[in-house]
Amino acid sequence: MIISLIFLALAALVALGLGVCARSGHKMDLEEWTVGNRGFGFFLVFLLLAGEIYTTFTFLGGAGYSYGFGAPVYYILAYSSVAYVIGYFMLPHIWRYAANHHLVSQPDFFAHKYDSKILGVIVAVVGVLALIPYLVLQLTGLGIIVSAASFGAIPDWVAVFLGAGIMIIYVIVSGIRGSAWTAIVKDAMVLTVVVFLGIWLPFHLYGGVDKMFLAINNAKPNFLTFPAHGKSVWWFVSTVILTSFGFFMWPHTTVSVLTAKNGRVFRKNAIVLPLYQLILLFVILVGFAAVLKVPGLKGHDIDLALFKIVIATLPPWVVGIVGAAGILTALVPGSMITMAASTLIARNIYGACSNKISDSQIVLLAKCLVPVILMFAVYLTLSGDSTVVTLLLVGYSFVTQLFPPLIGSLMKNRFTTKEGAMAGIIGGVAVASWLTFSHQSVGKLLPFLPSQIQDFNVGIIALTVNIVLLIAVSAVTRRPVTAAMVD
Amino acid sequence: MRLVHWIAALPCIIMLAGVVLHNKVFPLLLWLPFPLGWIALWIVMTSVVMAFVYSIDKNNKTETGDNAR
Repeated sequence: MIISLIFLALAALVALGLGVCARSGHKMDLEEWTVGNRGFGFFLVFLLLAGEIYTTFTFLGGAGYSYGFGAPVYYILAYSSVAYVIGYFMLPHIWRYAANHHLVSQPDFFAHKYDSKILGVIVAVVGVLALIPYLVLQLTGLGIIVSAASFGAIPDWVAVFLGAGIMIIYVIVSGIRGSAWTAIVKDAMVLTVVVFLGIWLPFHLYGGVDKMFLAINNAKPNFLTFPAHGKSVWWFVSTVILTSFGFFMWPHTTVSVLTAKNGRVFRKNAIVLPLYQLILLFVILVGFAAVLKVPGLKGHDIDLALFKIVIATLPPWVVGIVGAAGILTALVPGSMITMAASTLIARNIYGACSNKISDSQIVLLAKCLVPVILMFAVYLTLSGDSTVVTLLLVGYSFVTQLFPPLIGSLMKNRFTTKEGAMAGIIGGVAVASWLTFSHQSVGKLLPFLPSQIQDFNVGIIALTVNIVLLIAVSAVTRRPVTAAMVD
Repeated sequence: MRLVHWIAALPCIIMLAGVVLHNKVFPLLLWLPFPLGWIALWIVMTSVVMAFVYSIDKNNKTETGDNAR
C-alpha cells in the first residue's frame, strides 16, 4: 500500500513539474497561453488530439461499460475513427480561417464566420454548459482512482480537492504547453498499463483472448453481440454517426486544432490517430476479463471494474502504477477543459459584452476564473453522483448541435445565415436537454416508425430539429453574402 | 463530393455495414467476437486508406498544405 501511495504522489508531482517547466522560453500572451502561438507541429498536435481520447471516461468508463453492457461498448472503438476521417477534410478549413483572422476559440470562429457577436456568445454558453459536466466527470473519476489505488487510505473527496489544486496551479502557470508535454508522460504510461492489462489478464485468467470470449459466450449468451431491440445494431450505427459529428465540436478540441502550424498537420494525424485509438480495444478487453472474475458490480460501481480486477489479480505496486496512469488521465484533460471554459467565459462571454477590455486583461480574468470553475466543479462532484452520466450525455448532445451551422459556414455556396444558425443551435439544445432529462427514446416518441429507426440514438431527433430550423430560418432571412464572411 | 471524399468514406461505411449484416459471435475474427474484430480490422484499414488519400490529395502538394481553392 505504501508503494502504491508513492506512485500516486509521483504522478501528481510529475504532472506539476512538467507543467511548470513547459512555459520556459515562451512569453505568456493570449495567443501563446491558449493556442501556443499556432506553432505546434504534427507531434504536439498529435499528442493533444490523442490525449483527449484517453480521459478517465475511457479509462474507467470503457472498461466499466464493457463489463456492464457487453457489445454496445464496441461503439467507443468505432466512432473516433469515423471522426478522424471527417476531421481530415474539415479541420484544415477551420484552421486556415482561424489563423488568418487570429481567432483563438470556437465562438470566435462562429462569430467571425457569421459576422454576429451574439452567435459567438450563444456558442460560448453552449460550450461552457457542455464542459462543466465533462470536468465533473474527470474529477469523479480521479476520486474513484485515487481511493481505489490507495486501498482506501485517501478518501475520494481529498483526492478531488488535491487534483483540482494541481490543475489550478499548472493551468495558470503554463497554459496549453503544459498540457501537451504532460500528455506525453500520460499517454506513455496509459499505453503501457492498458496494453499490458489487456493482454495479460485474458491470458492469465482464461489462457487466451479467444478462450476468454468463448468462456463469456458460454456463461452469458448474447452478451457479445448487439441485442435485437434497444441498443441494437441500428443504435450502434446512429450513435457512431452522431458522436463522430460531435467529436471535434468540443471547445477544448477546437483549441487543440488551433495550435497547429499548418493544415497538413491534421491530414497526417488522420492517418495515425485511428491506429493509436485501437489501444481502446485493450481497455475493452480488461472490462470483459472482469465480467466472470469480479461479478456483481451494479449501477455506478461498474466504473470500478478495472480496479477491482487489477486489485484481485496483481500486487499492490502494480495497482500503484495503474493508479498513477489513471491520475494523469484525469489531470491532463481536466486542465484542458478548465482552460477552455475559463477562456470562453472571459473572452467570449464577458469580453464580447464589454468592448473596452484588452487581451492582457482577458488573460488575467481567465486565470482568475480557473480556480472558480474548478471549485464549482469540485462542489458538483461532491454534492451529487447519480446525475453525472446524464449530464455527460447532455454535454455531448449540446456540442453536437454546433456541427450543422459549422458545416453550413464552410460550404462554398453557403446559404446559412446567423439567424438560421442561432435558431438551429437553440432549438437543438432545447430538444436535446428535454429528451435527455425526460428519458425519451425514438420508439416512445414515434412508435409508428419501423423498428430499426425506433432504436436510433435519441440525439438524432435534436439534430434533425436543428437542421430543419437552420435551413428554414436561413431560407427566410437570406441576404447577399459579404466578402469578409466568405474569405 | 470529390473522389477523395468517397474513397475516405468507404472504410467507415464498410465498418458499420459489416456489424449490421453479421451481428454474431462466430466466426471469431482476430480472436475477438466478429463485430468487435471487424471494427478493429477496419480501423486499421481506415488508416491505410487515409494514407492513400493523403498521397493523392492535391491540397498537400502546396508548401503549407493549404486548401487549394
